[in-house]
Amino acid sequence: MTNPTGFLTIDRRDRTYRPVNERVSDWSDVVVPLPGNEVRRQAERCMDCGVPFCHSGCPVNNLIPEWNDLVSQEDWRNALDLLHATNNFPEFTGRVCPAPCEAACTLNIDDNPVTIKTIECEIVDRGFAEGWIKPQMAPHGTGKRIAIVGSGPAGLACAQQLARIGHAPTVFEKSDRIGGLLRYGIPDFKLDKMLIDRRIMQMESEGVIFRPNMYIGVDVPVDRLLDDYQLLVLAGGAEQPRDLSVPGRELEGIHWAMDYLTQSNRRVAGLPEAAEPILATGKHVIVIGGGDTGSDCIGTAHRQGAASVTQLEILPEPPFKEAKEFTWPHWPLKLRTSSSQEEGGTREFSIVTTGFREKGGRVAALLCERDGEAAELRADLVLLAMGFTGAWREGAIEQSRVDLSPRNTVETAKPYRTSNPRIFACGDMRRGQSLVVWAIREGRECAAVVHTELG
Amino acid sequence: MVNPIRQGLYDPRQERDSCGMGFVVSVKGEKSNAIIEQGLKILTSLDHRGARGADPRLGDGCGCLIQIPDALFRAWADEQRTNLPPLGNYAVAMCFLPRDEEARSAARERLERLVRIEGQLLLGWRDVPVDPQGLAEAALRQMPVMAQAIVARGPKVRDQDAFERKLLAIRKQTQNPLADLAEKKDLPGLADFYIPSFSSRTLVYKGMLLSEQLGIFYKDLTNPLTVSALAMVHQRFSTNTFPSWRLAHPYRFIAHNGEINTVRGNVNWMNARRRTLESPLLGADLDKMWPLIPHGQSDTASLDNALELLIAGGYPLAHAMMLLVPEAWAGNAQMDPKRRAFYEYHAALMEPWDGPAAIAFTDGRQIGATLDRNGLRPARFCVTDDDLVVMASESGVLPIPEEKIVRKWRLQPGKMLLIDLEQRRIVDDEEVKSNLAEAAPYGDWLRETQFNLKDLPPAAEPKMIAPDDVRRIQKAFGYTREDLKYFLAPMGESGEDPIGSMGTDTPVALLSDKPRLLYDYFKQNFAQVTNPPIDPIRESLVMSLVSMIGPRPNLLGHHAGAHKRLEVSQPILSNEDLEKIRAIHETLDGAFKTVTLDATWPKGGDAQALEAALKRLCWEATEAVLADINLLILSDRSVSQSRTPIPMALATGAVHHHLIRQGLRMQTGLVIETGEAREVHHMCVLAGYGAEAINPWLAFDTIGSITGGDAARAQAAKQKYVKALGKGILKVMSKMGISTYQSYCGAQIFDSIGLGQELVDAYFTGTSVSIGGIGLAQLAEETARRHRCAFAAETGLLDSGGVWAQREGGEAHAWTLDSIANLQHAVRGALPEKYRAFAAEVNDQSRRKLTLRGMLEFKSASEPIAVDEVEPSSAIVKRFVTGAMSFGSISREAHTTLAIAMNRIGGKSNTGEGGEEADRLKPLLNADSRRSAIKQVASARFGVTPEYLVNADEIQIKIAQGAKPGEGGQLPGHKVDRNIAAVRHSIPGVGLISPPPHHDIYSIEDLAQLIFDLRHVNPAARISVKLVSETGVGTVAAGVAKCTADHITISGYEGGTGASPLTSLLNAGLPWEIGLAETQQTLLLNGLRGRVTLQADGGLRTGRDVAIAAILGADEFGFATAPLIAAGCIMMRKCHLNTCPVGIATQDPVLRARFAGTPEQVINYFFFVAEELREIMASLGVRAVDEMVGRVELLRFVQPLDHWKAYGLDLGKLLHQPRFEGPRSSKGWRRRRIGAPIDQALIAELDNAAPAAIERPISNLDRAVGARLSGEIARRHGGSGLPEGSLRAVLTGTAGQSFGAFLARGVTLELIGDANDYAGKGLAGGTLVVRPPEAASREASDNIIVGNTCLYGAIAGEAYFLGVAGERFAVRNSGAVAVVEGAGDHCCEYMTGGTIVVLGDIGRNFAAGMSGGTGYVWDPKKRLQSCLSNAAELSVEPLLDDRDLLALVQRHFELTRSRRAGSLLSNWPRSRSEFVFVVPHEYRRALALLEKQATLVGQSSR
Repeated sequence: MTNPTGFLTIDRRDRTYRPVNERVSDWSDVVVPLPGNEVRRQAERCMDCGVPFCHSGCPVNNLIPEWNDLVSQEDWRNALDLLHATNNFPEFTGRVCPAPCEAACTLNIDDNPVTIKTIECEIVDRGFAEGWIKPQMAPHGTGKRIAIVGSGPAGLACAQQLARIGHAPTVFEKSDRIGGLLRYGIPDFKLDKMLIDRRIMQMESEGVIFRPNMYIGVDVPVDRLLDDYQLLVLAGGAEQPRDLSVPGRELEGIHWAMDYLTQSNRRVAGLPEAAEPILATGKHVIVIGGGDTGSDCIGTAHRQGAASVTQLEILPEPPFKEAKEFTWPHWPLKLRTSSSQEEGGTREFSIVTTGFREKGGRVAALLCERDGEAAELRADLVLLAMGFTGAWREGAIEQSRVDLSPRNTVETAKPYRTSNPRIFACGDMRRGQSLVVWAIREGRECAAVVHTELG
Repeated sequence: MVNPIRQGLYDPRQERDSCGMGFVVSVKGEKSNAIIEQGLKILTSLDHRGARGADPRLGDGCGCLIQIPDALFRAWADEQRTNLPPLGNYAVAMCFLPRDEEARSAARERLERLVRIEGQLLLGWRDVPVDPQGLAEAALRQMPVMAQAIVARGPKVRDQDAFERKLLAIRKQTQNPLADLAEKKDLPGLADFYIPSFSSRTLVYKGMLLSEQLGIFYKDLTNPLTVSALAMVHQRFSTNTFPSWRLAHPYRFIAHNGEINTVRGNVNWMNARRRTLESPLLGADLDKMWPLIPHGQSDTASLDNALELLIAGGYPLAHAMMLLVPEAWAGNAQMDPKRRAFYEYHAALMEPWDGPAAIAFTDGRQIGATLDRNGLRPARFCVTDDDLVVMASESGVLPIPEEKIVRKWRLQPGKMLLIDLEQRRIVDDEEVKSNLAEAAPYGDWLRETQFNLKDLPPAAEPKMIAPDDVRRIQKAFGYTREDLKYFLAPMGESGEDPIGSMGTDTPVALLSDKPRLLYDYFKQNFAQVTNPPIDPIRESLVMSLVSMIGPRPNLLGHHAGAHKRLEVSQPILSNEDLEKIRAIHETLDGAFKTVTLDATWPKGGDAQALEAALKRLCWEATEAVLADINLLILSDRSVSQSRTPIPMALATGAVHHHLIRQGLRMQTGLVIETGEAREVHHMCVLAGYGAEAINPWLAFDTIGSITGGDAARAQAAKQKYVKALGKGILKVMSKMGISTYQSYCGAQIFDSIGLGQELVDAYFTGTSVSIGGIGLAQLAEETARRHRCAFAAETGLLDSGGVWAQREGGEAHAWTLDSIANLQHAVRGALPEKYRAFAAEVNDQSRRKLTLRGMLEFKSASEPIAVDEVEPSSAIVKRFVTGAMSFGSISREAHTTLAIAMNRIGGKSNTGEGGEEADRLKPLLNADSRRSAIKQVASARFGVTPEYLVNADEIQIKIAQGAKPGEGGQLPGHKVDRNIAAVRHSIPGVGLISPPPHHDIYSIEDLAQLIFDLRHVNPAARISVKLVSETGVGTVAAGVAKCTADHITISGYEGGTGASPLTSLLNAGLPWEIGLAETQQTLLLNGLRGRVTLQADGGLRTGRDVAIAAILGADEFGFATAPLIAAGCIMMRKCHLNTCPVGIATQDPVLRARFAGTPEQVINYFFFVAEELREIMASLGVRAVDEMVGRVELLRFVQPLDHWKAYGLDLGKLLHQPRFEGPRSSKGWRRRRIGAPIDQALIAELDNAAPAAIERPISNLDRAVGARLSGEIARRHGGSGLPEGSLRAVLTGTAGQSFGAFLARGVTLELIGDANDYAGKGLAGGTLVVRPPEAASREASDNIIVGNTCLYGAIAGEAYFLGVAGERFAVRNSGAVAVVEGAGDHCCEYMTGGTIVVLGDIGRNFAAGMSGGTGYVWDPKKRLQSCLSNAAELSVEPLLDDRDLLALVQRHFELTRSRRAGSLLSNWPRSRSEFVFVVPHEYRRALALLEKQATLVGQSSR
């Protein structure tokens, strides 16, 4: 540790967002990076704790104190190696991860955690900029072929790990582009799609074969994969959205958040649009659900020029500040404001949606209970972002006949092993909806199990 | 009581002893019975230095050695009508014969037969008249039958010396096989046959007797026919109470006070000489004497054996003593070159027998005494005008009128006193040694034969690993990222062994799931109580890393330097150095031949393959030595994809012990070339098992690779790394009190933990095994796992390590994110379910094996009771204490929080070292108290005032600390703020050093003295002694109990710390489970258990931990880390950096403001623990903690059969229940009676208003005079004491130890006579004057007036001593002023304040570690500079301002009528120019800063 008192003498300084009026008029990244030198200074604040609480806050066990130390010494190159040693895609997590590590950081006892996520992001961005990140080719191939269903972060991490040992993974994706929710779930202003393309190129060089537009269980039967490949990994996510059974649910203008976001992402990428576009332009938009997907909808709606945006959360408003003595180092429940929420609109809590009022077959208002009293909110477009209830049964799961858990995910009695000895599962499809960083961890660990299985 | 055999964790080999000794001799050789009578008188005057066991009539033994009283035996011969040859031609074998008649006659027959075979004539047996009345029953039961065999010199024996050699041969042959014979003949008593002396010159009377009993028991001693010109006596203090007649001193040649630290190695090396030892004098007899030093003897007996061998081999007595116990010569610039050559030459012959030792020795013709190099034992002597010399551990042991004494002096470090009865004169140290040094051209011999490695020409370029392979090779040797981060990088940068903090909470190597290095299974031993550790920095003059590589010459041959020797200044060889050694055959004309032996074996091998590889290695070593190859290099360089390295400690131990067993070890050197060793501890293990030099090649290559290819930077880093290793090795040696690498090498100063007995017996012979464990199979598996990982397809990162800080993928820790979070949430919200989650994680060790106690299981009672029936938590928490953490190491906020919490629940908090702020002694308005009930007394004595002591419920003497036993500490100046300075009686900004030893505890009887002192200050407090778990701690604890301690804490090695070298944090000491169980068993065996309260601490966390500690023997329980965590600590392990982010281990006001802990949190924690304990007690059917203490039958050991490595663990010895009588737990504390008549007389005056004075005689039996009085004054008047001049005592005679200890303000003690050690210890404002009576005309500056370690830890007051003080005058003085007319070595050591004036000579190492205060030395001969060893930190200058000095010299003159002061004052202008002023730079800077601040404050207030 180069500066034992860094945490006392250096103030926390983190990345900021571009001004609201500027950023809502484009689709570019909302974040303004810190200058590299400032990131190095921020790394000096890390205390290299005896019990690194940040580790345990991090599903991929990022070696945070170690790379902070290297960054503080301007040894970016070795920091990158250490970062990549536990995390295949720090450029994703460095942007979209909620950073439980920072909540667990020792300095967060006083609300001043190390800017771990920013440092992570800078390390990997610099790595790409300097050309340090190159394909890591396995010295020898093993000739073992593995089929991976799903190209989200879990499938990608699994594939990369397997390819680097010398196996031959093929990744199947039902959509036309690789990336899963990274690609069509997260808007560009949070995750530039160039980042995905760059990784895909590296992975192709490392020997991963990508097969988009292949809906396993629909376009291609699972048995075919089992014939052609030694093993099969299910990494298809948990895309079954939670529905709202209230009168008027069937009305025009009420959509799944994910349909809305996918369309928007395709539009921004310049891809062919769907026949019936869902657009917020000039509309009064209500987003039901207070999570990340909800936030993404809000940001997208702002950029499309919505007349108003209202976000509804069924739970009561959490406290502004957590009771630290009982929460730290765990992830605290408290009021958080995302960049999209900051951009405008209103947030309402403890709202139970009871139905929709129609006008000409289209939704016109949302009926709800607020503090036990009935209320009505004007709504032209309603987006349902209430989370996911498990994996799609149709397709790969149905055909592979693996056991499912009560939570509608693939059951793995032993880690990553399904009821079919040749089929493995990881990511949201196994653990249910979760963070990108969990998907990466699952993909990596699943790859290790698969490797053991292959002998 | 029968002497117990080895059982459970008790091992009789651990018994230690120490004591008082002395002699009286008529220089003119006039024999009389009066001399013997005086000897016996000395003995009774030293009675307090001995000890008594559970039975007060049972001492530890004493004895007396005299010349053969011819008249006595002539009378016997006349009676027997036997013809006795003239004196000198017959010998007397003093025999302790077996009590069993059959065995007795076998014993007699055996001796008679050997006398006959060896050609001597047995004249008959004389029954020794004894009077056993008054002996303790235990002593009587063991009493041997005393008889003397009278043996006449045989016709073929040339002279008396040859006769003595024959007698030795007879005695050895008689005694050595006795144990075997006893078994063979089924006569167990035969093994008891013992011959205390067998000589034609001397005779020993000794036994299991009290000092006053010796003369009564042995009627010979009072028989007027028994005359001698000398009497050497010894009073023993043994740690155990088992009566043993033979273990009393004197032995045949020596009586010894102290301990030989290196004895294990010394005995090994002696026995390794079998093939190289030849003596023209002894001839074939030598071979009959093996083993020269039988195993299992005491250190003194071993030393006596070595000495008698050297004497028999032809060395003069003094020469032999210099060979065994050399003075510090290596770094001594003042020493005559010839004498240094003498020592250097002999260094190759024999490694020093190192220890705190005052040894009296005699062969009947000469008698003398010598002191170890550090002067750690007292030895005072006086010479009378009628040619009597009296030498003893104390002054005043014989009542000799002062005017008859012509000289009073003391033995100085490394010096010798010799009286030659044939020449009838005293031969002083200088003469003895220069005669011997000039007896042969040692200097020339050295020049011709001694080669230093650094002078040899460079050889071939060292091998380099290809950069791509570095990581694989590192992995093969188990390198982790932590090794680079915590060790190699910082060592290469700073040249220091790295520092860390908090304790270790990782599993011992055996229980770890990771493959661990073999080094991790060895734990360093350290000195506690029975010997002192050394400060290797401040007392570097006694330390030496010099190593001799290669074969050693014949100890008994006089080869006159034909033997070539290779020397290195320190044992770590660079890669270049090693190549020089490999090529040495060419450079040194074939004097040395080397061979490199391959210490690797084919990969994939199992235990058999490993064993075969070791056999091959040993066989190759033998072959090489027999082929005259005299330097063996064990090398693991050939590690590769296909070859696995043998753990280097295993290879080293195997070859070393194999060669010892073959008697070949002295014919070759052993050099280690290893990629595995990298830390200090690794080097120490290799050295301890015989490595003469070590080349850690991979560490060098690694440093090369992390310095980024810059050759100059790499070179500098490698040099710093070597320097750091050197410092670290010195520290490890010194914590056991060993000063030289030569005696450390092969000394095996380790406990093994987790190694199986078989493995140890085969490769680490003689190392202790307490819990069993692994064998070759597991070692092979660990090595293979590393190798597989290293050569797997993907190289990957190095392992994280995770030992020093918890890291993902690293070693398991007890304190984890979850356990800390759960505990903190639990205590903040009083949430029992969170506590249960915490305890479940810590206690459940079925998956994570963390501790030894985790492998123990409760045996549930057949009839459990309801929890309500168990005593309430409120009673249980009274047994809880918090750990000793100083105000200084933790913040005032944290410290007072713990104190308030403990006071509320009736437990105890501990001040730690460093005093307590006075405002904490007063209760708060809400009746809370911030006072710590336990007041610690540690080595620096910071803040130990009478007021502090009288405000204690318990006074704890900290002997050692779990995290760094045997080491001192240092609070750097920048951490000493105003408040800390105030409680430590220093000034802000001045660094404060805690020395490794208590300078008043070098030996067990010293501890008894300190306990005596403290008890006098505060008779109402329990006195506790804190020890650290290691093998033998039980025996030490038994000794401590005999020192009358009330309470003993056994600390585990896991204990926390504010700062400690990482080397010590993990590698010194043992888990408390082992130490506690050993202590319990040993105390039970000794019948001492009921006398003391036992406390366990070091990593206690849960109620389960408490239950197990209680069952293993603890009455009370200490917690440190857990309550800190309850108060907010998050195990940052940054205490040493002062950056604790939660305001606990810091003094930074900004960080302290962050402290959020409350007493309630701490209280909640303790109640949770107590509740958990109650549930366990209920399940065991136990109603009260008292019922559970020591009930080992409530536990069972669960062998971890499912663990790949730990399946061989065996905790059976922990659960051993010895047969015992008496209580198994503490019987509670009871106040002891205090005598102190002089103090009582003064206390009686306290009630009178007017100033009072008394006059009294005093003797050396009056100890700690003034302590009781000062305690009483502090109790009545607080810290400020009495008004100046209130009380005065004039005392005449010799004062006992600790004269004027803790003397309070307002009291003056004037002593006419002299004083012993520790005068003015802890002086707290009083005035001491010591001067000889006016009738004595001795020159003050040539005569000693007070003993060693005077004014230790003094805080205020004045002292005027008309004469010379012993060693370590004013050590750690922080405020007293004193004038003395000369002082020994280490004067003003560690001083932080006060003023010392020396009007005479000073010894070496003046002002070492002195960070404050001032000194004035009258130095007309300009010698001072050569007495300084830290000149860089001191300002030594001529006097500018003489006001203070003049006032002090004037006062000295007034009070003592000093002639020297008078003459200096008579010509003051000239005198003042002869004074030198000494002040530490740091102190001067701090004073200047204070002054500046004061001025600023003054201005602003205006």
